[in-house]
Amino acid sequence: MKTYLPPKFIVERDTERCIQCQACVSQCSFDVHSYDSEEDDVISQGDNCVGCHRCAVFCPSGAITIKRNPLQYNENYNWQPEVIEDIKKQAETGGVLLVGMGNDKQYRIYWDHLVLNASQVTNPSIDPLREPMELTTYLGCKPDKLDIGPDSKLQTELPPQIKLEVPIIFAAMSYGAISLNVQKSLARAATEMGTLWNTGEGGLHPTLYKYGPNTIVQVASGRFGVHAEYLDAARAVEIKIGQGAKPGIGGHLPGEKVSDEVSVTRMIPNGTDALSPAPQHDIYSIEDLSQLIYALKEATNYSKPISVKIAAVHNSAAIASGMVRAGADIIVLDGLRGATGAAPKIIRDNVGIPIEMALASADNRLRQEGIRNRASIVVSGGIRNSGDVVKAIALGADAVYIGAAALVALGCTVCQQCHTGKCSWGICTSDLRLSKRINPDIGASRLANLLRGWSLEIKDILGGMGINALESLRGNRLQLRGIDLTDTELQTLGVRMAGS
Amino acid sequence: MKELKRIQNPYNEAKVIDACSVFGMMDQSGKCFSGEGVIRAIANMHDRGNGLGGGFAIYGLYPDLADYFAFHIMYLSVQAKKQTEDYLNKKFAIIQCEEVPTQPTTTINDPPLVWRYFTSCNKPPVKEFIEEEYVISCVMEINTGIDGAFVFSSGKDMAVFKGVGYPEEIAEFFNLKQYMGYLWTAHGRFPTNTPGWWGGAHPFCLLDWTVVHNGELSSYGINRRYLEQFGYKCTMQTDTEVVAYAIDLLIRKHKLPIEIAAKILAPPLWSEIERHPKRERELLKALRQVYGSLLLNGPFTVIIAHHGEMIGLTDRIRLRPLTVGTKNDVLYLSSEESAIRLICPNLDSAWIPMGGEPIIGRLTERQPSSPTAEGVGSSAN
Repeated sequence: MKTYLPPKFIVERDTERCIQCQACVSQCSFDVHSYDSEEDDVISQGDNCVGCHRCAVFCPSGAITIKRNPLQYNENYNWQPEVIEDIKKQAETGGVLLVGMGNDKQYRIYWDHLVLNASQVTNPSIDPLREPMELTTYLGCKPDKLDIGPDSKLQTELPPQIKLEVPIIFAAMSYGAISLNVQKSLARAATEMGTLWNTGEGGLHPTLYKYGPNTIVQVASGRFGVHAEYLDAARAVEIKIGQGAKPGIGGHLPGEKVSDEVSVTRMIPNGTDALSPAPQHDIYSIEDLSQLIYALKEATNYSKPISVKIAAVHNSAAIASGMVRAGADIIVLDGLRGATGAAPKIIRDNVGIPIEMALASADNRLRQEGIRNRASIVVSGGIRNSGDVVKAIALGADAVYIGAAALVALGCTVCQQCHTGKCSWGICTSDLRLSKRINPDIGASRLANLLRGWSLEIKDILGGMGINALESLRGNRLQLRGIDLTDTELQTLGVRMAGS
Repeated sequence: MKELKRIQNPYNEAKVIDACSVFGMMDQSGKCFSGEGVIRAIANMHDRGNGLGGGFAIYGLYPDLADYFAFHIMYLSVQAKKQTEDYLNKKFAIIQCEEVPTQPTTTINDPPLVWRYFTSCNKPPVKEFIEEEYVISCVMEINTGIDGAFVFSSGKDMAVFKGVGYPEEIAEFFNLKQYMGYLWTAHGRFPTNTPGWWGGAHPFCLLDWTVVHNGELSSYGINRRYLEQFGYKCTMQTDTEVVAYAIDLLIRKHKLPIEIAAKILAPPLWSEIERHPKRERELLKALRQVYGSLLLNGPFTVIIAHHGEMIGLTDRIRLRPLTVGTKNDVLYLSSEESAIRLICPNLDSAWIPMGGEPIIGRLTERQPSSPTAEGVGSSAN
C-alpha cells in the first residue's frame, strides 16, 4: 500500500561543504543517507528521517542541516497534522500506534509554575563554596520514635536504610530495552556518585553483579531474570506495578531483540517474545501486594528495603497509603511524563496524572495518617533539571528518579523512536553495531558529570534559602510559591500564591 | 473559634518573623535572687529589640504554692475574664486567685488585664489521666476558644510576664524587681511584620517549659508539618512555637534526654558523625535519619528552661550569637557578652559555645541555702 504520509523532516546537504566521507551513511540507522559510487556522491532522502541529528553531529564538515517539514495543511485547531498522520498510519497498518519516550502533549508542567525562595535580611543565605552543604539522604522505613537507654545507647533497631550522596537515582530501564553498554554506564556512574541505578524488568547481566551495592533490582509482572542471587546482589528490591508512560499496560520485548545475552539475563529462550502481563498475576489486591512484599523481605532476610512502584493515577494518594501499610519501605510514583522504551501512543498520551499533583497529595495523605516516616517517597517522570529536583523535594519527595534525562546525557535527542530498536545513538537498541556507539567509560563520565553539576546547583539553591541540609527542604512547601495557578491547583499542591 | 493566627499574624504571612535579644540567668545551687540584674542586662541590649515585645520567665517564684498550676492569663475584656473563669472553675479547683499587680508607667499604653490563678486539676473519670495533657488541652481551649483571653503561662512554681514594649518597660510595669527566683530568662523582641500583640511576646510557655528565641527558621515549613503529624496545632505561626512543641515532643513524649534533643535540633554534620566511634556514630546517624524533619535550619539562638534546667543552644553553624558566663554557681546566657559583664564584671569564665553545642545549667544535688526557695526543684525532672 502506498503510504500517504509526508516526510517529517527535510535533510539539507550543503554540497560546497560535503566531502563525500560517508560518515552520515554509516551513522544513520534509518537509511536516510546513501552513497552512489558511480557518481561518487552522497545522497540524502528525507523520507525516513526521524530528526535524531546523529548525522548532523558527526558530519566532520558541518554540511548537514535537518529541518522540520513545515507541512502547511489548511490551519485547523482540531485537525492538527499529528492527528491526521496518526489516522493515516492506522489506516495503512490496522494496528495500535507504538511510540517511545514520554508524553509530549501540552499538559501543564507544574514545575514551571512553582518558584523558589531565597533569604534576604532576616536570615542569611549560606555560601556553599565556603560552608558545608549536605545532600545526604537515607531511603527506607523510619520508626516513629527512638528509644535511648540510660547510657545514651540506641535501643531501637532501624529497618535497613540506603544512603544516597545525591538524591537522584537512575530510573528503571531494562537490558533489552536499553543496551548493556548503557546499563554499564549507569551502574558505574551510580557507584562513582554514591547513588543507585535500577535494572528494570530485564534481569541483571552477569557482568553487572559487581555493581550490586548500587543496584535496585526489579521484580515485575513477567518475573524475568528473578532468582536468589539476583535478589542477594541488590541494594534494594523494587516491585513494579506500573509505569507512568503506560499505566495499566504490560510490556512486550519482541523476539528479534532477545539475543543470546538478553536470553541468558532474562532467563527465556533465545528469540522468543518477552511478554510482561499488564497486572502482576499474583497481585489482584492490596493484601496480595503485602504478601509479595513480605515474600521478598523473607527471601532477603529483612536486609534490604522493598520498594513498590506505581504509575501516578487518580487515586494514587490512597493507593500510596495502602502500599505503606502493606509494608513497602519505599514508594515510587511515576507521573504522566514518565518515559518508556515502547508504549501504545494513545495510552502514553492520555493516561495518568501529573507527578507534581500525585506527589503533593500522596505526601499529604501519608502525613494526615501519621505514616509518612514509614516509607520514603521517590518520584519520577519528566524531571529535567536540578530545579525540578529541588521543587520535588520541597513538595515532599525524598529523592527522584531520572530516566530520560540520563539518556539525554548519553546523547539521546528525544526523537521518540525507542520502540523501533534502531536508536542511532546506540542507547535504546540491542543491535550490536549500534550499541557499540556507547562507550561505558565515556558514558559513565557523562552521567557522573550530570549528577555533579546538578548537585552543585542544588547546593547553590539550598544555600540561597539559608538551608544547609537537604532534610530541612524535604516537604518544606513554604519554600515554594505558585504562579499562574488556580486556587484548586494551589490547594492540591499545598503551596501559597506568589506574593502572599 | 477564635483564630490566633489572625491576631498574631494580621497580614497572613507564611510565618511571623522576628529577631531579638535573649538573656538567661540561673543559680544552680537553687538560691533565689531578685530580677534587678536580669532587667539591667536585658535593658543593655535595648537596640536588639524595637519595643514591640518584651518578657520574662521566673522559676522558683511561688514556693508557698508550688504544688499548684499557676495560670497567668491576660484578658482584653471583662467578658473574656468571666468566660475563662467559668471554664477554669469547671476544669480546676481554684485555690487562690488575684490580679497580677502592675504599676502605671509612661510607656505602656492600653495594657490588658492580667490575672493569676493557683489551681489543681478536677480529675475526670478516665482510666489513664495524664495531668500534663489535661492542662495543655485546657490552655489550648482557652487560647483558641475564648475571645480576648490568652494564657501567658501554666506551670507550677513559675510564671511568664510579658507584653508589648521594651523588656525593661514590661519589667517596670509588672514591678518584677520585687520577685525572687532561681532561674530567670528574658527577651526583647524585634518583629518585622506584626503590630505587636501581648500574647505574641516571648517567653512562649507550655506547662513549665519556656522558650525565648532569637532567629528565623528556614526549615519552619517542614518542622511544622512534622509536628502536625503528632497533633500539635501551630496556631501562632512563629518559629518559637515550633521550638516549644519540638521540645515537648522529644523530651516529654518521647522521653529523650535534653542532650539528645539538642543533637536533633542542631545535629552534627554527616562528615562529623562519620568521625565518631561506632556506638555514638550509630546513635547520631539514627537521630538524623528518624528526626531529620526536626532539624532547626537557619539562624537561631534559644534559651529553653523548665524547673531545674536551663539550656542555651544555637544553630549548628552559629548564625545567631550566644555567650556563656559563669560565676560560682551562677550560669549566664546572653546574646551579648556586654550584658553579662554589666551585672557581673568579674566572671569566672566567659566563652562563645560552638554552633549546635548545648549549654546546660542544672540544679545541683545540694539543698538550696535560701529559706525562701523552699520547694524549689521539687518538680525538677
